[in-house]
Amino acid sequence: MATTLQPPPTINSAARGLRYVKPHESSAPSTGIWVGLAAITMTFAAFTSAMVVRQGSGNDWRHFSFPVILYFNTATLVASSVTLQIGRGRFAAVLEGIDYAASALRALYGTLVLGCVFVLGQYAAWLQLRSEGLYLASAPSSSFFYIFTVLHALHVIGGLLGLIYVTSKLHRGILRASTLSAASQYWHFMALLWIYLLLLLVVRI
Amino acid sequence: MHDVSAHAAHHTPPQGFLRKYVFSVDHKVIGKQYYGLGLLAVMIGMALSWLMRIHLVWPNFAIPGLQWLSSAGAPGGVITPEYYLQLMTMHGTLMVFFVLTNVPFAGFGNFFLPIQIGAEDMAFPRFNMMSFWVTFVGFCVLVAAFFVGDGPPLSGWTAYAPLSALPGTGPGQAMGQTLWAISIAVFCIGQLLGSLNFITTTLDLRTKGMTLMRMPLCTWAWFITSCIGLLAFAVLLPACILLILDRVAGTSFFVPSNLVVSDQLVNHSGGSPLLWQHLFWFFGHPEVYIAILPAAGIVSHILVNSYRRPLLSHKAIIYCMMGIGFLSYMVWGHHMFLSGMNPFSALVFSFPTLVITIPATILVLIWIGSLYGSNLQINSASLFALGFISMFVSGGVSGFFLAQPAIDVYLHGTYFVVGHFHMVMGVAAIFGMFAGTYFWAPKMFGRMMNETLGKIHFWGTFVGTYCIFMPFHYLGLVGNVRRYSAFVDDYLAPLMPVHRFITIAALATGAVQLIFVYNLAYSRFKGKPAPENPWQGTSLEWATSSPPPWDNFGGKLPVVYHDPYQYGIEGSSGDYVMQNSPEQIQTAREDKKLI
Repeated sequence: MATTLQPPPTINSAARGLRYVKPHESSAPSTGIWVGLAAITMTFAAFTSAMVVRQGSGNDWRHFSFPVILYFNTATLVASSVTLQIGRGRFAAVLEGIDYAASALRALYGTLVLGCVFVLGQYAAWLQLRSEGLYLASAPSSSFFYIFTVLHALHVIGGLLGLIYVTSKLHRGILRASTLSAASQYWHFMALLWIYLLLLLVVRI
Repeated sequence: MHDVSAHAAHHTPPQGFLRKYVFSVDHKVIGKQYYGLGLLAVMIGMALSWLMRIHLVWPNFAIPGLQWLSSAGAPGGVITPEYYLQLMTMHGTLMVFFVLTNVPFAGFGNFFLPIQIGAEDMAFPRFNMMSFWVTFVGFCVLVAAFFVGDGPPLSGWTAYAPLSALPGTGPGQAMGQTLWAISIAVFCIGQLLGSLNFITTTLDLRTKGMTLMRMPLCTWAWFITSCIGLLAFAVLLPACILLILDRVAGTSFFVPSNLVVSDQLVNHSGGSPLLWQHLFWFFGHPEVYIAILPAAGIVSHILVNSYRRPLLSHKAIIYCMMGIGFLSYMVWGHHMFLSGMNPFSALVFSFPTLVITIPATILVLIWIGSLYGSNLQINSASLFALGFISMFVSGGVSGFFLAQPAIDVYLHGTYFVVGHFHMVMGVAAIFGMFAGTYFWAPKMFGRMMNETLGKIHFWGTFVGTYCIFMPFHYLGLVGNVRRYSAFVDDYLAPLMPVHRFITIAALATGAVQLIFVYNLAYSRFKGKPAPENPWQGTSLEWATSSPPPWDNFGGKLPVVYHDPYQYGIEGSSGDYVMQNSPEQIQTAREDKKLI
């Protein structure tokens, strides 16, 4: 037996529009980043398995010395993660009402600069390999070296664009904590991914 | 309880023609765009299959105008053996990627997933728009292969290396094959963007009261499919990148040493053709479920509405779909039994292949068992949904045979496999697509489709597809090899009457589809205006106008009180209670929820 119907309760979506940082924010950016990272992980896992299979399938695998600048680049990328984390801390303080906005901005600018230095450093590594006669098709090992480093650099450039977006939002005072959090997740993952790739390449090449 | 106040306002009402209909961020427009692209692709794909069937039984028949498409491939309109393979490649690629993936998943999913969970739009509307247009670019690049050099590739939709990795291995293997690889890589990017959106939207944008278990079965299917797609396309993308590099940059990932092509020693070394197969089929088998699971979800959603009672177990269907999705990653090797793999490896892949039939069988038993005690409403949508079960079972049963390496060794290269996958993956998914169209067209376009024409369309298609694909199984059993463009061997000659029958059935079944096209086009503009809830459904898509406003619910999000399928009970509006209705349900199920 049914009861008497009342109009269903509804929630006015216009009241839900959230432009500023507090207090209830959508977790979609964070979820989206995690999902995206899962796809990126799978892509690099596929390349890794392809590398392992390819190394074992022929006798043309060629070992070569790494450009030393790669280690400097690694330190740069790790440092950029640190500055980003500092920026997050300062931004959290801003949300608590402490005037750390300028400090947070400086940390983000520092992250951007370090990220750019990393990409330029990778470019310098490719130039060095070219000068030694190692191109994409020179050997399967150099093929994978270029594939891994170029694809990772492209992802880092994507992260830099995201950070520019975040920085501009912060500059205009309309940054959401969830946006900064999502950008940070991505950026830290890029650092972790690079360390994994570096270890993989060191072991295999 | 889900905090709907956390949702962000996604976008303002679209203004102007371009923003409203072309570069729209509205998930409903994007869903229709995917659907339209799928229809275009299926028409091209079906026309290609006609050309192939005509060539098989009348090899010297000059098809008027075909020489304009390819003067070398069809001189005077007569298809050459190589061009037959090129048509086959394009048929398979268009159908698998741009039809079976696009329509049941991306088309219907985009339109209905946000509405069914009570959201205004997808989580990332701009990504959503990008996903469609990237897919569209992939489609254009693929179709462009018809018009370059010596036409599209001939390596099949699986593009096995080293044939696909080297230019100059046959007609279409130069620019055509490169375009194929670029197209599929671009398609992967589009699908990854789409999957990301589907997963995030489902997890984060459900309205108040919409718990995961209260989501309709098709929403679950789209969610599970997007999880499968996220991981599967993320593997095909690197495979395509490596293939492109082999072709254009001189690398050697898939090309072995000492390979001679056309009396020329190839300048590559050390690559592994099997590496391509592993990467491809790691994507390829989940792709089967990317095609079929959305259709299974749509069919479940329609059947429960047609039965006017809940299915025997809501949760079992969800868990079975999850199980199928999980197992789909463990069976790719069963496509490679003939690759020379270790027999023990074959056994390892055979076992989960057989295990995957268990959740599939449970699905079928629930669909059929729920008929008992139902109040079945026969209409075009329910007919196609029941037809889906028939195709799924008929095609699935032959999978038992192919899962066993010893039998597969004999059958793998025959028409048995063609019959199997066309029924279980192709036609079944297309039946799900038709069922979804007849069921949801009133909501999508605001007009009812003609039921009489729909039923004629169903019976013509149902009988026709059985006439086409069941004989394929028999042809395979007697050893009729696939991929041949002509059957000139003595032992194949007696099979030609069967092939002629299949060709006539294919042409007739194709003609029947014109009824559908006419019905869809006529109803779109001249059909009877659709009410809000023409099928007396319970889920949230029926709680808004037909078609829905740009923000889905007119600025007010619904609140969900019930499980998705409260049918067969005394409701205030009939034998159902909608999910957003606050009325109490006075039945034995009230306390138990759904089993």
